Amino acid sequence: MSTTTVDPATSNAPEAALANRARFASLVQRQGALAIFVVVVAVASVSFDSFASQGNITGIAVQASFLAMLALGMTFVIMTGGIDLSVGSVFALGGVLAAWGSQHGTLAAFVLPLAVCGAIGLVQGLVIARGGLPPFIVTLAGLLFARGLLLLLSDEGATTYKVPRGSSFRELAQGELLGIPYPVILVVVFFAIGGLVLHRTSYGASVLAIGGQEDAADLMGLPVVRTKVLTYVASALLAGFGGVMIASYTSSGVTILGVGTELEAIAAVVLGGTLLTGGAGTVLGTLVGVLLLQVIKNVINQIGSLDSDWQSVVSGTILLLVVTLQRVLTRGDRT
Amino acid sequence: MSDGTATATAAERSERTGTSFDIDWVRRNGVFVALGLLLLANVFLTDNFVSTGTLRLQLVQVAPVVIVALGMALVIGTEGIDLSVGAVMALAAALIPLYVGYGSVGAIAIGLVAGAVVGLIAGVLVGVVGVQPIVATLGLMVAIRGVANLFGGEIKSITEPGLVSLGTGDVAGVPYVVVIAALVSLVVWLVVRRSTYGRQLVAVGGNKLAAQLAGLPVRRVLVTTYVVSGLLAAMAGILLAARSQASDPTKLGQLIELSAITAVVIGGTPLSGGQVRILGTIAGALLMQLITATLIFHDIPDSTAQIVQAVIVIAAVYVQLGRGKARRS
Repeated sequence: MSTTTVDPATSNAPEAALANRARFASLVQRQGALAIFVVVVAVASVSFDSFASQGNITGIAVQASFLAMLALGMTFVIMTGGIDLSVGSVFALGGVLAAWGSQHGTLAAFVLPLAVCGAIGLVQGLVIARGGLPPFIVTLAGLLFARGLLLLLSDEGATTYKVPRGSSFRELAQGELLGIPYPVILVVVFFAIGGLVLHRTSYGASVLAIGGQEDAADLMGLPVVRTKVLTYVASALLAGFGGVMIASYTSSGVTILGVGTELEAIAAVVLGGTLLTGGAGTVLGTLVGVLLLQVIKNVINQIGSLDSDWQSVVSGTILLLVVTLQRVLTRGDRT
Repeated sequence: MSDGTATATAAERSERTGTSFDIDWVRRNGVFVALGLLLLANVFLTDNFVSTGTLRLQLVQVAPVVIVALGMALVIGTEGIDLSVGAVMALAAALIPLYVGYGSVGAIAIGLVAGAVVGLIAGVLVGVVGVQPIVATLGLMVAIRGVANLFGGEIKSITEPGLVSLGTGDVAGVPYVVVIAALVSLVVWLVVRRSTYGRQLVAVGGNKLAAQLAGLPVRRVLVTTYVVSGLLAAMAGILLAARSQASDPTKLGQLIELSAITAVVIGGTPLSGGQVRILGTIAGALLMQLITATLIFHDIPDSTAQIVQAVIVIAAVYVQLGRGKARRS
C-alpha cells in the first residue's frame, strides 16, 4: 500500500525538495504528539502551581501506566496491520481474575489471569492468522466473550472480589522503589523490552514486514502465522497484566472497568505515529500518546470550572488534529 | 481464491455426495436461513412467542439498530467504518429537550441537522483529507460523546406530546418506530439498487483508484455516505429518546456501533468494501436481536448470552468466508 509515487521524469532538484519534505512529514508523523505533549506540559506547568508538583506527576504516571500496557500490545498488533478490540474487556477480566486469584495466594493472582488472557489471545490469533478472518470481527467477538466470562465469574457483575488484607499482591501496584511507584517502573521496563524486541529481534522485523506487505512477507518465507499469533497473544497478555496491576492498585476486581479502553489504546497508538495500515511505528511514540491523553485529562481536572466532559471533547479533537496534520503533510507519500 | 474455484469445489462436493445441496447458496444466504431456523425453533420451544406483544416488542427494540446498521452498511460498502454513530445518537437525543420549544418538528430537525453535520465532518476527514475511517470516526466518537454530555448534562425527560406519540404511538397496530425503520430500509434498498449514487458507492468501495480513474466523484460519494450515516444515526437516537421518553447522553447509543457492525457483517457485507447487502443487514440485525431475545426467554444470564453471541459472530463470518478461502480484510 505504501508505494512512493514519484514521477521518474523529475529532475534532481525537485527530488531533493521532495526528500526534505518527506523527511519533515515523517518527523511530524513520528514526533507530532511529542511536540503537543511538550507544549501542553509547559503551559500547564506555568498555569497551575499544582501541576508540576511531585505528587501530581506521580499521579499522572501511575494513572497512565494501566493504559500504557494495553497500548504497548496494541502497537504491535497495529504494526502487523491488524487491530485488537478485545483488550478493554481482557483488561477487566484480568483484573477480576487477579483479585479472585489473590484470595488463593499471590502466585494465583498472576498465573490465573495471565493463563486465561493468554488463551484468549491464542484463540484470537489462531482464528485470525490461520482462519483468515478479519481481526476487527474476531477481536470484536473477543470483546463480547471476555466481558461475558467476566460477568459469569462475578455473578453477573454483582460480586466484587477483594484482595485479602495483608496480601503481598497489593505491593505490585501500591509499592514503590526510591519514591517511584512500581507500575511506573514496570511500564518503563516493558516498553524498553518492547523497543528491543521490535528493533533487535527477527520477530520484530517480521511484525513490520507483515504490516508492510503481508503477501511479500509470506513469499519471503517469514513465519507470518506464527508472528501474528504471537502478537495477539502478547497483546492479550499485556492487557491481562494491566488488569493484574489495576487489581493490585485498587485491591479489588472492579467489574465495570475497561469499557471503551480499547479505543483509548488505539487513539494513543495513532497519536504516537504508528500507521493503522501497519508496517511502521515506534513503541516510544505510543508511550508519548498515552501520556498526552493522561495529561489532557489531568489539565482539565485542574481547571476546576470546566466540566469533565471537556476531557473527551479535547482528547477527540486533538486526535483528529494530529491525524489530519499527519495526513496533510504526508500527502502523496502513501495511498 | 477466486469465486470460480469455490463454486467448482462446491459443485464437485455436491456431485460426490449426490445431493443438490449448494454450499455456496447457504454461504450467501446463511443469515436468512439462520433467522428462519431460529424463528421456527422459537415458535415451538418458547411459550407465548407467537403473540403480537412479543413480536411488537422485538421489532420496536430492533428498529433503531436497523436504522443505524443501514447507514453502517453503506459506509462499510465504501471500505469504511463509522464508530461515531452511538455518539451521534446521544447528541441528537440530547438536543431534543433543549429545542423542544420550537415544537417537536423543529427539535427533530435540529437533531437531524446535528447528525448530518457530524457526518459531514467525518466525510471530509475521510474523503477529502484522507484520514483512515476508523481513526476519523474514533476521534469523532470520543469528541461528540463529550459534546452530547456538555449539551445534555443529566438525564432529561421528554414530555412533548408529538414526540411521545412518535415514540409510543402506532398505525394499525404497528408502532411508528417500526414503520419508520421499514420505510428507511426501503428507501436505502432502492437507493443502493437503483440510483447512480448506489452504483458509484459500490465502485468506490471496490477499488478507489479505479473509480477515480473512471472519473467517478469519489470524494462526493464518500462525503455523502458519511452524511447519510450521521443522519440515520441521529434519527435512531431521536426515536430511541422518544420511545423511552428521556434522553441520557452518557448511556444512549453506547456500543451500538458494535451491534450495527455485527449486523452488517453477519448479513454478508464484507468489511473490505465493494458490496452492500441491505436485506442481509436487516436480517443480521433481526438475527442478533432474536438470539438475545431467545436467550432471555429461556432465562439464560447476560454473561452466557454474550459468550454465545461471540461464538455466533465468529461462526457466521467463518461460514461466509469459506474454509481457507479468506484473506485478511
